[in-house]
This record gives sequence, structure tokens and C-alpha cells, in this order.
Amino acid sequence: MENGFSSPRTDIFPAGLRVLVVDDDLTWLKILEKMLKKCSYEVTTCCLARDALDMLRERKDRFDIVVSDVNMPDMDGFKLLEQVGLEMDLPVIMMSVDGETSRVMKGVQHGACDYLLKPVRMKELRNIWQHVFRKKIHEVKDIEGIEDIQMMRNESDEFDDGYLLSGGDMSSVKKRKDLENREHDDQEFCDHSGVKKARVLWSVDLHQKFVNAVNQIGFDSEYQSSFLFNSLIRRFSTKNEVGPKKILDLMNVPWLTRENVASHLQKYRLYWSRLQKQNESVTSFAGTPDFSSKDPPGSFGLQSSINMHQNNAVNSNFGYSGNKILVEDVGPRIHEGDLEGIVSFLPVAEPKKALRGHVPDPQKTSSSSPMGLTHYLKSMGPDVNYASFKATVPNQHPWSGEASAMQFKQQLKQEHEPYLLLGDGYTHLPLPIPNHIQVHHLMPAPSIYPRTSITERDESGPIEVQPFCTEYRSNHITSLSPVGRTIGSFSVEADRQIIYPQALEAISTITCCDFNQNFVNNLESDQQNLIPGSESALASLQEDLQLFLLQGYGYAENIELQNIEFSDCED
Amino acid sequence: MEGSHLQRQMACMRKSLFDQGFLDEQFIQLEELQDDANPNFVEEVVTLFYRDSTRLILNVDQALEKVPLDFTKLDNYMHQFKGSSSSIGAAKVKNECTQFKECCKAGNAEGCMRSFQQVKKEHAALRKKLEAYFQLARQAGTGETASRSK
Repeated sequence: MENGFSSPRTDIFPAGLRVLVVDDDLTWLKILEKMLKKCSYEVTTCCLARDALDMLRERKDRFDIVVSDVNMPDMDGFKLLEQVGLEMDLPVIMMSVDGETSRVMKGVQHGACDYLLKPVRMKELRNIWQHVFRKKIHEVKDIEGIEDIQMMRNESDEFDDGYLLSGGDMSSVKKRKDLENREHDDQEFCDHSGVKKARVLWSVDLHQKFVNAVNQIGFDSEYQSSFLFNSLIRRFSTKNEVGPKKILDLMNVPWLTRENVASHLQKYRLYWSRLQKQNESVTSFAGTPDFSSKDPPGSFGLQSSINMHQNNAVNSNFGYSGNKILVEDVGPRIHEGDLEGIVSFLPVAEPKKALRGHVPDPQKTSSSSPMGLTHYLKSMGPDVNYASFKATVPNQHPWSGEASAMQFKQQLKQEHEPYLLLGDGYTHLPLPIPNHIQVHHLMPAPSIYPRTSITERDESGPIEVQPFCTEYRSNHITSLSPVGRTIGSFSVEADRQIIYPQALEAISTITCCDFNQNFVNNLESDQQNLIPGSESALASLQEDLQLFLLQGYGYAENIELQNIEFSDCED
Repeated sequence: MEGSHLQRQMACMRKSLFDQGFLDEQFIQLEELQDDANPNFVEEVVTLFYRDSTRLILNVDQALEKVPLDFTKLDNYMHQFKGSSSSIGAAKVKNECTQFKECCKAGNAEGCMRSFQQVKKEHAALRKKLEAYFQLARQAGTGETASRSK
């Protein structure tokens, strides 16, 4: 929602508050409807969670607040809560006849603004407008904050890179953050969405920083799984490893508060852990055909030249097979000429509805999906070092050398570094896809080859593969060992991110499903370039891997990306 | 006269429902919601409740016939039932549901059977009383619906 009260009812607020009530109990539905009407609210009732979600998705700004029961036959109320929070960022109030502390806690953890016990009193319902109001206030604050940030960004391109570089050194990545994280753990716990103080608008840039920071922290030696993703996922799901304070520090965004990060982080965690569970069953991308063993077929082409061009190829290669991560194609396909964009495949372990519905037209340029690179990096191995990438990633990915398909250098005009999410179907590590999907479109020129020097695409925003490791950043590209070499060749400019398709492989399971969804959702409101392919891909993503194919659409005009307000992104 | 007599009867009946614990303050909430826009709100809600809960009772009965008992399923049913009965303030029914849930948690099949019988009993008893109450309310005067609410 936009900042402020966009509805015309602001003059009589809270009257006219648009409430969506979801409850399978028809008796309660009738009672609540009557109660809310008595409060002069505008009520819509729904007895199925799925219908509710459809309604919400159909028009993002149709409602101000959602009131939902916890126990519903078709979908768990908590799940609905999560979805709504992430996709639409609306305040959600839970209700139940069960008032057990554990349940209430769970509600809060999932982001509920409030938890009402049935029988619900009318006076309790009367006060729900406060949650809406609070959110709006924070939104306004965020907008102002964002503007400042944008100004900052405009000043220097290197801003991001600078801090990224500094933040992303391997050593820090390897540091164990547990201690620090733990101490923040309980603080984070308190930072549930219900009590968000400052609503941060998680723009693409901001989210990217967040992800970078997370990636840095994420490389924890304790996760010796073969893929970074796994560790990342685990890390997030345990909620201990990654601490908001740490992330905040790494992000180096002055106006951002720890609480902002904490709540943003919390949301990701939920998704990640869910994705992880889903991913666990899906070990291999079934979909991604060539990934693994193959030498990165031309598709990843980066080797020879970034065949970026065919985005179609990419698309096809990547198979939007939603389930498969077609990272492979990602690479090569990115053809300069086409600027198709980077296909970011996000292997989504679970069906991400969001992706489906929300994949904005690829034509939209502005979106970038951050997933891509990060995945790579993640898959690089537990160690942040990309060096481990080698170890972890079988060389089947020629990426190491070959320009991973994702080497799109999209020059996001400083706005955002497109995240190229290469969902390599390997590990089903769900990629925490930031809320915004950054679509990088590959500029025609840049053939980003890991090996070859990547000429930056000036026009297109750099495709920023948001590797979980910041190292991934252009500067760090070299750190990727197997890829390192090639990476080195990426003349990755500070703000160019090269997406290594290989990385995708490593990333294997980039399940950004939820994130993708969110991204998509968010993106759709802004310019989002979701590669058309991705749309279809997304549709099929549900299964296991969601490949988020981002096609870089000429970023040239996507400067506004930075303005992308993923307003839906929660803070 | 007639009207006021009936109204007095109604008030008496209503009071006893509360005093005897059949109804709790949720019922009063419903009464407060009743207004000109919905003059029969309380009765409508109660009707809705009984329709739903009858269906639920059938489901539970069927589930209780299965061997072995699926306690989780039964518990879920009871959760629904409890939620429903709380909507009209059916206190006794709600309590029996809680009992049933306890038996489910304990895996006590016998206990489940017995407590469900209680649930049904209370459910039926309240229904009778409410039916009588509404009938009286109707007789007491169609133009006095507003006065029914507190």
C-alpha cells in the first residue's frame, strides 16, 4: 500500500476500515461481520483461506486489515498469516478459542498483530484500527527514509560496493556469529511484525544489502553441507545464526534500525524454514537438467560468450520448469543483445503461489530477483568462500570457468543491483529471496563471462547476483575458486554483479519460492521485470524448484527500480 | 398487559438461562448486536449454530464408531464445536466439549464416549430452551424486538 491512507475514507478513519474476516465457522463469521459493521467498518467475509488469499491478491489495496481464525480446514491459519504478511504486508489478527500460550506465541512469531480469544468481544474488534494506523505511520516514515537512501545512492555507485566489499571479506563471513546472534535472538523475538515500530520500505537495494549481509554472516563453518543454501536455510531456520544486529552492521544503512532488520529477517526465516522442509524432500532439481553433470552446456554458455542473447534460450533452458532450476541456461542465454535478463531460477520447494500469480510481466524491467547469485554463493559451500564452491559444486558446472549463464551484468543504474537468482536446482536450499525481485536485464553488451572480462553494461543495471556471499560481488568474484578464475575475468564492476550460472547450480535449491512470491508481488507493483518465462516458470515452480527467470529488461529505464518500493515488503 | 406479561416471562426465562449456566455473556453480546437492521439477529445466529453443530455431531458420532478411535480427528471436531458454542455463549455445551477434549488427549475412549453423550445432552437441552425463549419473544410483541436486547 502506498504510504499514508490511500483510501478515501481517511477523513472518517477509522470508520470505513476495510476488514477481511476469514473463518470457517459460519456462526462466527456472521457474528464478526455484525460486530465489525457496528464499528462502522467495511466488512468482507470469507470462510475459506484460499478464497481469502485470492481476494487479497486480486487487489492488493482492497483491504486494510485481515482477521483470521487459526484453525481452518483448508489452510492453517498461521500459514495464511505468513502469506499475507509477506505478500501484502497487511496487519493480520488471529483468533481462536484456544488461548494456550504456545499458540499465541506461534501467532506472534508468524507475524500476527494481535491474537484474540474467542468469544471475541466487540470492544476488541473496535480497536483493530490501531494496527492499521500504526503501520501507516511507519510507512510514511519509511518513505522518507528511503528517499534519503536514494539520494545517497545517487551520489555514488560505489556506495554499495564499498560497503559490500568491506563487509564481505571472507574472514568475516567465516566468523561465527552465533554468539552475537544469540544475544539478539530474544530481541528479535520481540520484533514481530505486530509491534513494528518503524516500517521500513524494503526496496530492492535495501533488500539486496540485507541479503548480502546475511550471506556474509551465513557462511558459517558449522554448516558444512555441500551447499551454501542448505546452510543458509538452516541458519535462518534456527534463527540463531543470523542476527539482526550483525546484519544491520553489515548493511551499513544509517537510517535502518535493528528492529527493522529483525522483523525483515524474521519473515525470511519463516519462509526459509518452510522452504527447507519442503526442499528436503526435493533433493535434486529434477528439473534442472543439465546442471549437474553437464558441462554447462552452451546454455551457460558463459564460457564462450555470454549468450545472453537468447533469453528465450534461457527461458527455455531454464526451463521454466518451475521445478527445475534451469540455471544452466541462465548463463549463456543472457545475451547481450537480448538483455533478456537474468534468469533467476529459484527452486522453490514449495509451491509458491505468489510466483504464479504474481510474476509480473517480464516486460517490466525493474524487478530483479536477488536470488540468483546468492544462490550460487550459497551453494558454494558452507564456507563462504567461494573457494569452497569448488568443492561443493562439482565441476559439472563449468561455470567455474565458464561464464555462468548468469553473468549478466546488468547495470542497474545504481538503483539496484539486480539479483540474479540462479536457482540451481541442486540443493533445495530455499533461497531467501528478498522481497523484491530484481530483475536484471542483461544489457546487450555485457556478456558477462566469468571468464571474460565482463564489460559492464552500462545501460543495464548490473546483474547483481546476490550471492549469499558478498564476496560474490564483483570484487569478490575472484574468490570463487572454481569460478574464481572465471570470475576474475568478470570485470565485474563494482556494481555489476555477475551471475554465475554455475552458482546456480550450486545453489541448487534456491527456493526462493516464498520470496519469489513476494518479490513478484512486490515487483508487480513496481516495475518488475519478470521474465515472462519466469511467469510460466513460476507457475510450475510450485513443485519443487522455482526458477525464477529474470530477464533483464533493459534497465536503462529502470532507474526507478530504486524507487521500487516494495512496499509490500515488510520491514 | 399481555405484552408486558409475556415480556416478564421472557425476562424470567432469560434470567434463568443465565443463572443456570446455560448461557454466558456472549449471548448478551449477541443481544447487543441486534438492532433495527437485524431485528432477529440473535435468533438467526442461534439457528445457524444449531444447523452447523448438528452436522458436526453427526460427524463425531460417526468417528466414534470407528475402531480404533482417531483421537486427533475427534479433538479437531471438538475444537470446532467448542468454537461454535462459544459463539452463542452456550456455556454448558462448551464445558462438555472441553471435557471431551481432555479425554481425547488422554486417549480415553470410554471417556470420550461418555463425555460426548453429555455434549449432546447439553446441546439438545439448550436448544429446547432457546426455542421456547424465542417463541416467547415473538409472542411478546413483534414491535418490541428492540426491548429484547439489554
